[in-house]
Amino acid sequence: MKIALRTAALTYLGVLVLVPLAMIFYRTFEDGFVAFFESVTTPAAISAISLSLLIVAIVVPLNVVFGLVTALALARGNFPGKGLLQAVVDLPFAVSPVIVGVALILFWGNDGWMGGAIPVIFSLPGMVLATVFVTLPFVVREVEPVLREIGTEQEEAASTLGATRWQTFWRITLPAIRVGVAYGVVLTVARSLGEFGALTVVAGGVAGESQTLTLLVHARYIDDHNTFGAYSASTVLMGLALLTLVLMTVLERRREA
Amino acid sequence: MASLAVPKPPARTRGRSTGGGVGPIGIGVASLWLSLIVLLPLAAVFAKSLEGGPGELWDAISAPSARYALLLTVAISALVALINVVTGTLIAWVLVRDDFRGKALVNAIIDLPFALPTIVASIVLLSLYGPRSPVGIHLYATKPAVILALAFVTLPFVVRSVQPVLMEVDREAEQAAASLGASGWTTFRRIILPALYPALLGGAGLAFARAVGEFGSVVLIGGGIPRDTEVASQYIAKQIETDRPASAAAVSVALLLISFAVLFALRFVTKRKDGR
Repeated sequence: MKIALRTAALTYLGVLVLVPLAMIFYRTFEDGFVAFFESVTTPAAISAISLSLLIVAIVVPLNVVFGLVTALALARGNFPGKGLLQAVVDLPFAVSPVIVGVALILFWGNDGWMGGAIPVIFSLPGMVLATVFVTLPFVVREVEPVLREIGTEQEEAASTLGATRWQTFWRITLPAIRVGVAYGVVLTVARSLGEFGALTVVAGGVAGESQTLTLLVHARYIDDHNTFGAYSASTVLMGLALLTLVLMTVLERRREA
Repeated sequence: MASLAVPKPPARTRGRSTGGGVGPIGIGVASLWLSLIVLLPLAAVFAKSLEGGPGELWDAISAPSARYALLLTVAISALVALINVVTGTLIAWVLVRDDFRGKALVNAIIDLPFALPTIVASIVLLSLYGPRSPVGIHLYATKPAVILALAFVTLPFVVRSVQPVLMEVDREAEQAAASLGASGWTTFRRIILPALYPALLGGAGLAFARAVGEFGSVVLIGGGIPRDTEVASQYIAKQIETDRPASAAAVSVALLLISFAVLFALRFVTKRKDGR
């Protein structure tokens, strides 16, 4: 019975996850490493990788700063409308990425509420806004419970001893929540690199201009019929995902320790 | 990925009555940030959908291919949630109660679908079940392909919600049942399953909500054939491409209301459980 259950579980995982993953690796490297390397260093690929990294570099600091402020407000503050704020933080999890794109076009677009105040369509600001939207909950949701857990005693002691708010934050609060922040950042980076749906709607994906790594995978497969190119670009993304998993595991251990 | 679970209510409230760590300015900044990034853009979708009155909203949602896409999305997501209840419980069981070489690796693989970009999920499944399938299974642009893609991206939800509960289940009650002559299946059904219900419901609900909005993993392998394999998110994307923002907004609202209803119901259920 035990063996039967084990076999059933492993077969499901194999058919659904493992064998397809192995297949991608095989297809990527069947013509050797050089072919793979050339395929992911074409000008379009380089520019896609740079754009993906640029978006990460903008989104992570934004989410850390505003995420910390929001987490502090939610964990320590007591104000009318707090319940609503809590609900809004979780909203991005419940919204389809495509709807995120639609919302940004209707709000920031030329015919939208902001009347094109920021050029979001087919441009970097739009891609950043879309990515910030989908990754907004991560830092808040990782940090807020830690803030509740550590309480305010040490902070109160520090301020009694004459520390300013900034000193208390840098020396007491931040060191206590740093693993939570790191975990939130890892999740944000992974999700930012992988975002696709919201970007397809907003960015259009002009090669060498508004094409991220995920949009490149799609374009190579659909528009260029370059299956091998799509596989190689996917392998790069998969490598980054594996790295994320490793970092998550390491941080999980530190958090439990 | 603890962050995906329904958040627990505050354990304790302490500190000063107003302001707290960041003061009124911090609360203002947080509110403004959340409004500009999340709330107002979503409000714009709702406003756009109602621009032509409720009649037009209804027409846009009940247009044949829109209605088909919405119904297909809900039906397939429900089916995928159900598949996850069975396979998720099975995998969690094997991970908790069984012991074999490579178990830690299997445990790590469960989280892979969360870490993997959705478009990569699509490509990964296509490489094995697509046009150049080495095993001769051709699922491209069929409903089973959509189910497969959604099962892939929702894999962790039920496993990760059931696993911790299964670890806590009282082994003594099981042993008592077994010593009284209950079969393994009876013990599972009568002793273990009741303890798992809230976790199963929570995991299945999250999987359903995720499947309803899913786009990237379906887009390549599903084919997006109208009134056949096109799910709601694909329909919305196409409406934007063909410059029909009002119709896109209308179907978006329908889809949003479905996921909100599910998540709201989930929160209600978990709250009642916590309050007991």
